[in-house]
This record gives sequence, structure tokens and C-alpha cells, in this order.
Amino acid sequence: MEILVCVKRVPDSAENEIEMNAEGNDIERDDLVFSVNEWDNYAVEEAIQIVDKVGGTVTVVTVGDDESDEVLRREMAMGAAKGILLTDDAFEGSDCKGVATILKGCVDKGNYDLIFTGAQADEGAGAVGGMLAAMLDYPYASLVNKIETGDGKLTVGREIEGGNQEMNEIEMPCVLSIQTGINEPRYVGIRGIRQVSGVEIPEFGAADLGVDAAAVGEAGAKVKKADYFVPEAGDGAEMLEGSNEEIIEKLIEILKANGGLQ
Amino acid sequence: MAQVFAYLVHTDGVLDDSAMELVVAAKAVGDDVTAIVTGSGIDAVADEAAKIFPKVIKIDDAALAYPNAEVVRKALLTVIPAGSIVLFANNTFAMDCAPGLSIKMDAAYVSDIIGLEADGTTLKTVRQEFGGEVNTHVDVDASNGAVVALRPGTFAADESKSAGGSVEAAAAGDLSAKRKFIEIVEPEAGDVDITKADLLVSIGRGIEDEDNIEMAHELAEALGAGAEVSCSRPIVDAKWLEPSRQVGTSGCTVKPKVYLACGISGSFQHLGGIKGGFMIAINKSENAPIFQVADVGIVADILEFLPELTEAVNDL
Repeated sequence: MEILVCVKRVPDSAENEIEMNAEGNDIERDDLVFSVNEWDNYAVEEAIQIVDKVGGTVTVVTVGDDESDEVLRREMAMGAAKGILLTDDAFEGSDCKGVATILKGCVDKGNYDLIFTGAQADEGAGAVGGMLAAMLDYPYASLVNKIETGDGKLTVGREIEGGNQEMNEIEMPCVLSIQTGINEPRYVGIRGIRQVSGVEIPEFGAADLGVDAAAVGEAGAKVKKADYFVPEAGDGAEMLEGSNEEIIEKLIEILKANGGLQ
Repeated sequence: MAQVFAYLVHTDGVLDDSAMELVVAAKAVGDDVTAIVTGSGIDAVADEAAKIFPKVIKIDDAALAYPNAEVVRKALLTVIPAGSIVLFANNTFAMDCAPGLSIKMDAAYVSDIIGLEADGTTLKTVRQEFGGEVNTHVDVDASNGAVVALRPGTFAADESKSAGGSVEAAAAGDLSAKRKFIEIVEPEAGDVDITKADLLVSIGRGIEDEDNIEMAHELAEALGAGAEVSCSRPIVDAKWLEPSRQVGTSGCTVKPKVYLACGISGSFQHLGGIKGGFMIAINKSENAPIFQVADVGIVADILEFLPELTEAVNDL
């Protein structure tokens, strides 16, 4: 089984306090801490577990720049055999369709049975996997939280509303977007990352991938972020202040008044 | 002006309430508004949709009995002309169907929007990032059409059901697919039923470590028989608590008297599972979005605060 996992370097929401910049049109990006998109770790783990069971290779790919090297190496330290960096000035400012177009160029150069993305990344669009599948005319399933391998096809569970799971049979090759919780991604230590530090990661640009530079990047984007702003706050919570002792005293009164404590 | 279509979902013969919001959104971006319903034996659903929309297209086919995204996409492409604007409620079906539909239509795609207006052939939308800490204005070039997934609650629903619309049946054509629906598996019932609790001590990422879960159990025990421990998604993903304790759109919907949100940032998906009750939020970040929706807020590290609160309750 040849599996391609598409990963992304994103601001780490657990490590950053998001603040607006001085101009008030973007977030302050100078000190942002980046890491691999959380969903992608589950996708890579799932790919490794499948290959451990049925044989094959896991390849991780990202659309990015030199700094994306670190997320590829992190996923290779988990157990992905190969990494590919798709990078070109023409890729900058791509919308989801642009990213899917670039990834399609990479898929066309390989021979993959299965393509994974995370169910979503930092911007929460959850769109690249479904777009890529449609461009390739491959079947697609989103929010996948269970995979069983079979002969030329898979049985996949999708997480739908209310904790229900929608089971499907899907032919390969296919694209799946992987939901968190499908597995427990393995821990990656410094040592593991050091072991893959010397592995060569091939880089491909628009011309290598046969991608029309005008169809991607800022030029090809139909969806453009104009600016960032802080949402108008509603009334918000009544904040309890004082020492912990004072706060707890007030809180217990509030619990009693609202039926939370008899 | 482009034609506007809204795809309506229904379950067990009942039209989803999102239809009453989608009609308002559709009219905000165009004058020529049509709903599409797909399924098998859906006359009643289509008639219900016609109370809400001026025009309804009904695609009735055995292959559409379950809304398999690949099959629905094929059906939609047979009735939606190029250049149209297509609206979905942002749910797990839209995530499955809408991105691919936009590619096949060669149209723009934007998901999970919380604001929408038309400006010529541009759709001016608003989206959230970083769990709602900041918003973005996103401009969508709809000159060749657009597919838009709208977060529920973006527009006030029109509940009048006074449209008196018409229903037109359309044939689906080839509906073969490489993906087949098998069945729905319902979640296993857990030891506890958090949907019946009077008070929920609900924990999120702020609990930091599996060993600290005990703090929440101790507080719930101190608070009495009606109190249970629930949690947000990351706690279940980490396997620290069972899925039956998860509150949110992908977990349980709860309505306790008091919801004590401990170290929960307050994502849209989590809040979607809380229907009423008095909310008290404890979070160490004063910017946490949960403070926008809570009734009472406390800026504190739950790892220090919860044991103190437990002790104080036990001393009562």
C-alpha cells in the first residue's frame, strides 16, 4: 500500500496567545510558535499502522517553504519513509483550491493507493481533501475515525453528528480526511528527529509538477482574506475577582442560587 | 444576478431546521432562490420545504435513500447550472460533499462562515480563526459561482412557513458511485448519562494531564448526587475519559442547571452541545472565547482552583 499524507505547518494554538498587530489588520505574527497541524499527526499515525499491517510506504508531503522542512522531518521521525516539499514563489497566497491543485501535481507524479489529509487545519476550512479527490476523480470520505483494509477497497467510519458513526465501503485509490481520536499518535523524541535529519527531502516547484502558475497562488485565488479583526464582544461573563478564597465564597453562593448545590 | 440554491438535509422524513435559516441567507445574496431536496420517498419533505422556499426541486431516487455525498453531488450537478451560488448548512454532510462540488462546478468554495453579504459578484463573508479569538473578512470571487457552507446561527431563521412555494421533480441520471453507504453505528452507552445531570463539572485541555482528571471527579462527588464529570473533545481524543462524557456537536447535547466549564476554551463545536443552563467558566486565559458566552467567569488555573473549591464545598 502506497500512502501519501498531506501535512501542514501551522501556528500552534496551545503555545500562542493570539493578539492583533499594531495596524489592527492582522494577527501579530512575529513570535508565533509553529508546529505540525494536530489532525495530521493522526493521519500519519494511521498511515503507519496500515503499512505496518499490510506493507508499503508512507510518504509525507507539504506545500510550504524552507521552514516546512521541520514538520516533514517530525512526521518522518514518526515513521514516514519519505518526505516531499512542494515549494515555489508562485504557490504563495494559494487558497484551498490552489493547495489542492499543487497537491494533485504531486499525486500525479506518484502511484498512491491512499491519500490522507487532516480533517481540518488552522483555518478550519476542511476543504483540501475533498477538492483534491474531485480533481483526481477519486472517491472521498471526510472526518474518518475508523479504517479497515480490504481487497482493493476499505471500510471506513465517518464521525457524524451526535457521536454516531457512518460506515462506508470505498474503492481505492481514494482520499480520506482523518479526524482526531482515530488512534493515539506516537511520541516523537529529539533522538528520533535527529535520526532523520540527514534524509534528503526532494523539492518540487510549479514547473516540476506541471502546475500552471497562474492557477495557484495569489493570482489563482478566488477566496481571499481581506483582514483580521477582533469580534465585537457580547455582554460577556460577570467576572469574579479577588482572592481565591473570596471567589470561592461567591461561587458557592452562585451554585446554590442556580440549583447546582443543595 | 446568479441563481441561488440551498441544499436541504432531512432525517427520518423530517426537514432540518437549518432550512429556515438558509432561505434567509439565500435571499441575502440573490433574488432567484431555489431549495433542493434529495432522497427516496420525499414528497412530505419537499412539501414542507415549499412552505419555506418559493421554489423546490425534488430529486427522488432509491440511490439517494441515504445522503451519500458522492451520489448527492452527482444529483446536484444535474440540476444546478454553472455560475450558481449553492448554500449548505455547515455540518458533517457539507464537509463531505461541498468542497468536491465546488471543483466540479469550477466555482469558489468557502466553509463555516458566520457572516454573508453580496457585493456585485463578490461575496463578503466573515469566518473565525483560532477557535474564535479572532475573525477574518474573507472575499469570495463568485463570478463563476460559489459554494458556501454557513454555520448555523449566522442568520435569524424565518419561521413563518408562509412561502407557498412550488415543487418540481427532477430526474437524477447516472448515480453510480465508488463509495457505498453501509450503516450508521450508534455510540455505546456509557456508565453515566451526562444528559440527565443537574450539574456538570466539564473539563478541557486545561486539565493538562490524565492524572489530574481525579480533581474533577472529586469536585463532582463533593457537589452531590446530581453532579457528573463531562469533557470537551481533546479529553476523549486522548482517551482520558469515555466518549459518552463528551459534550459537543460530535458528542452529547446537555442541558444541566449549572455547567462548570473548567479549562475549556469554548469552541463552536463544544458550545453546540450545551442547550441552556447557567454557565460558569474557569480558564487561565482571560481572552478565552468561553468568557463571551458564560454567565460567570473566573480567571484561574483550574489545577489550583478546583482542589480549593472541592475543599470549600466539603467544608460546608
